[in-house]
Amino acid sequence: MVPWFAWLSAVLFAVGLYISFFVAPMDAQQSEAYRIMFIHVPASILSMFIYLIMAGYAALGLIFNTRLSSMMASALAPTGALFAFLSLWTGALWGKPMWGAWWVWDARLTSELILLFLYLGFIALHASIDDPRRADRAAALLAIVGSVNVPIIYFSVKWWNTLHQGSTIKFTGTSMHVAMQQGMYTMLLACWLYAIAVTLTRVRSIILERERNAQWVLELSEAK
Amino acid sequence: MSPMSVSLISGNKNGLSLFGLLSLVIRRDMVLAMRRRADVLTTLIFFVMVVSLFPLGVGPELDMLRKMAPGVVWVAALLASMLSLGRLFSADYLDGTLEQMMLAPQSLSVLVLGKILAHWMVSGLPLVLMAPVLGLQFDMSAQALWVLIAGLLLGTPILSMIGAVGAALTLGLRGGGVLVSLLVLPLCIPVLIFGAGAVEAVSTGMSVASQLSLLGALLVLAMVFTPWVTAQALRISME
Repeated sequence: MVPWFAWLSAVLFAVGLYISFFVAPMDAQQSEAYRIMFIHVPASILSMFIYLIMAGYAALGLIFNTRLSSMMASALAPTGALFAFLSLWTGALWGKPMWGAWWVWDARLTSELILLFLYLGFIALHASIDDPRRADRAAALLAIVGSVNVPIIYFSVKWWNTLHQGSTIKFTGTSMHVAMQQGMYTMLLACWLYAIAVTLTRVRSIILERERNAQWVLELSEAK
Repeated sequence: MSPMSVSLISGNKNGLSLFGLLSLVIRRDMVLAMRRRADVLTTLIFFVMVVSLFPLGVGPELDMLRKMAPGVVWVAALLASMLSLGRLFSADYLDGTLEQMMLAPQSLSVLVLGKILAHWMVSGLPLVLMAPVLGLQFDMSAQALWVLIAGLLLGTPILSMIGAVGAALTLGLRGGGVLVSLLVLPLCIPVLIFGAGAVEAVSTGMSVASQLSLLGALLVLAMVFTPWVTAQALRISME
């Protein structure tokens, strides 16, 4: 399945980037600089979603003691950290021309930064325990405790009403131009598929690494 | 192992109520801490030194110091509580007491809560008592000092409780001291924001009740959940 997701993701990225650079019209207030949101918004959405999925898999692994869900959790962590970093980075690039500052201590920015720290903590804790099963369980507990932060990021704009703008796309309709919407959704879908492809590839190598002494791995044609 | 822990482990279940157990654990840990006073003082001296370094670093203008004071005191308290976290479980882990506690018929969460409270009395409470003196160095008003004390009184137990989760997760790991800060500091940020925000609200003339209520709510939440999570983390670490 990995090549399917990877190819679809690449195609959608190409289409999404074409729409975002050439089709979508210029924004009335923000002129050309708004175009960075085509990667900023999907990255932010994914960084939060991946954390929840990771915490969900970690909880499954902790409760039912299934090995694959713990492996999925640890495979998701680096991708999530990447998206959290991308979201902060593109946000900074956008903030410089718009707000006049690379960084402001706004509620949403701060909690996204905390999210990045949580990802890094998860990876660091997992890496520092030698026994993989114990590492899975300890990191799972951390992921579950940290998932408190995700709703805080999501609602921070409503609760604290700070500099970061609210979401434009709502279930009840949107004020956005159609081409902008198409570009955004295409990019979001492309990012999703990329995340799935990379995670599946990573979990495959984690399985092979942990089961390297199992009979079925030794019988694989690639191993011979 | 102290005599009290022996009586704890021998498990006279009938004679031991929940609060009896709690006070037994607290008394035991207090006795142990009092026998090693240097450890307690180290945390306090670290706290005082970090706070006193700031005026040297940024210059002695009182206007600026007054504005910085709540943040500086809170960050120093946060760092000082990180410093003492390693001692929370490590001694008991090394001499096997922790394993015995897990085998005890009583609930591990209650034992953990007792240990956390004792740890707070040893490492958190001295910071709260010392904070007003440091506040005077920063020329804070009397009202701001009271709010600072109230905030620290509500906030430092939360720091100890969240820290206990991290300490339990990293028990017996190499490089545990650095790792525990990496895990715990992000989770402590809300406490820092509300605690320092309460003192700043005094200087801007807003009501401090909202910030202190939020801190109180966090304290109640932490007191309910963290002992249980810590107990689970200890079970994972001790396998």
